[in-house]
Amino acid sequence: MAEDLLIRENAQQPQPEDQGPVVTFNNISIAFDLKPVLENVSFSVSHGETRIILGPAGGGKSVLMKLTDGLLRPDSGVITVFGNEITAMSETELFKLRGRIGMVFQESALFDSLSVEDNVAYRLHEEGVPEKEAHERVFEALKFVGLEQAIAKFPSELSGGMRRRVSIARAIVSEPDLILYDSPTGGLDPITSTTIIELVMKQRDVSHTTSLMITHRLQDAFTMAMNRFNPETEKMEPLPGGGVDESTKFLVLNEGKVVFDGNTHELVSSTDPWLRQYLS
Amino acid sequence: MPFVSPEDFAKQKVTAIQDYAILSWQAIVNLFSRPRYWSDIFTQMDLIGVGSLPTIALTGFFTGSVLALQSATSLKAFGAASMTGNLVALSMVKELGPVLTGLMLAGRNASGMASEIGSMRVTEQIDAMRALGTDPVRKLVTPRLYATMFMLFFLTIMADAVGIAGGALISVTMLGMNTSTYFHNSYRSLEYADIVQGLTKPLFSAFIIATVGCYFGMTTKGGTQGVGRSTTQAVVVSSVFIIIVDFIVSRAMIGIFGR
Repeated sequence: MAEDLLIRENAQQPQPEDQGPVVTFNNISIAFDLKPVLENVSFSVSHGETRIILGPAGGGKSVLMKLTDGLLRPDSGVITVFGNEITAMSETELFKLRGRIGMVFQESALFDSLSVEDNVAYRLHEEGVPEKEAHERVFEALKFVGLEQAIAKFPSELSGGMRRRVSIARAIVSEPDLILYDSPTGGLDPITSTTIIELVMKQRDVSHTTSLMITHRLQDAFTMAMNRFNPETEKMEPLPGGGVDESTKFLVLNEGKVVFDGNTHELVSSTDPWLRQYLS
Repeated sequence: MPFVSPEDFAKQKVTAIQDYAILSWQAIVNLFSRPRYWSDIFTQMDLIGVGSLPTIALTGFFTGSVLALQSATSLKAFGAASMTGNLVALSMVKELGPVLTGLMLAGRNASGMASEIGSMRVTEQIDAMRALGTDPVRKLVTPRLYATMFMLFFLTIMADAVGIAGGALISVTMLGMNTSTYFHNSYRSLEYADIVQGLTKPLFSAFIIATVGCYFGMTTKGGTQGVGRSTTQAVVVSSVFIIIVDFIVSRAMIGIFGR
């Protein structure tokens, strides 16, 4: 797959409009129980960009995602989201900022005592959106993920893949400017994983939302880079001319350090021995 | 289990006390700013108050009954069997009503709070709540705190009343006392200071039950095993605290009112 991409280097999509970085990490370090999890991590995510975060398990990917949403605070360094220095913001200020961020958790993290409708409508209810409007928006979000028939069910009645899709619906219902996907395909079978990746791609290509996505599956990462969502056929399809999506970039972490930060072609043409072994 | 140095142990305990104090303070002050989750407060009142009614009523009734049964035997030796009503009323209102109601509620609700919030913690539902822009302390802890404080106050009054009634039933049916004498003596024995003491204690007990239960829930780590550990700790710590604080409040009240 990586070799295929090298051959297709010239078939590129146009660059997305540069509107300044949505997320920036500047020398971020964090340790738990004196064990460093992230060390001097720096990168930025531009407007409309999809940043895929790769790396072995235990490399600090989920911690990085929680730092982006302000759920954890770093020991040192500065994080900005939408130009706001979240490392200097209070929890109350962060609650407001998180209104612009949607997050899909690794294990879905649905509220098990609430129905699918109430889970997806949670943020809308918190914002005081009228019940009728909230119901319509929830229905639209569930339709987006193909689960409108499950609106009255409870999380315990859903399969793992369905729970993940409800989690995506909950993240997108408020039309956020940034979506964080923490291993959306983790623990799912290949067919369901493809469905989830298709939804992430649909959100990328239809709504052009900036996103960060952690994945352990290289196949998912390259599917994201080499395909696009066709709204007419409602299916994903390979990019014309075997091109790659230029709004999709990669960040590879290993043992808490950034070992790669760049686009698809730079990733597959990297000469770093560890990276080459990881990609193979 | 790895060895923890005394310094680390002390730091852990001080940090835990600090975290508990911050959580308790936030839970109190959250009611004075928006958003307020009134529906959650009423739901918790129903779960904590109405849900505990049968347990508290049974506990109060049989405590009053056994108190009458045991004390009558001793009082009879001094020719003071007619004082049974005094003893039951004073014991129930000042001590047994508040403490036993607190302990029963700790067993039922501190464990429930720790396990419910703990399960939410280990399944990332607390993080999801924060990610969705909701303060989990405001949404989960504040309603439980105020609901427990409000309901335990009335549950204690009910336990006192049912306990005195239980004592009356035993005194009249098994010990052959006069109903009117029993209630007259009970009423005459109680003074303003006794009522104040008996109704101050549940406020402290409720605070302990809710904050300790929620604290252990919010700090749960380590999956389902961690939830079980938090639940046990919540019941043990809240029960011990209730008894310690009962002693302190009793001493303070005796100092203030002289009885």
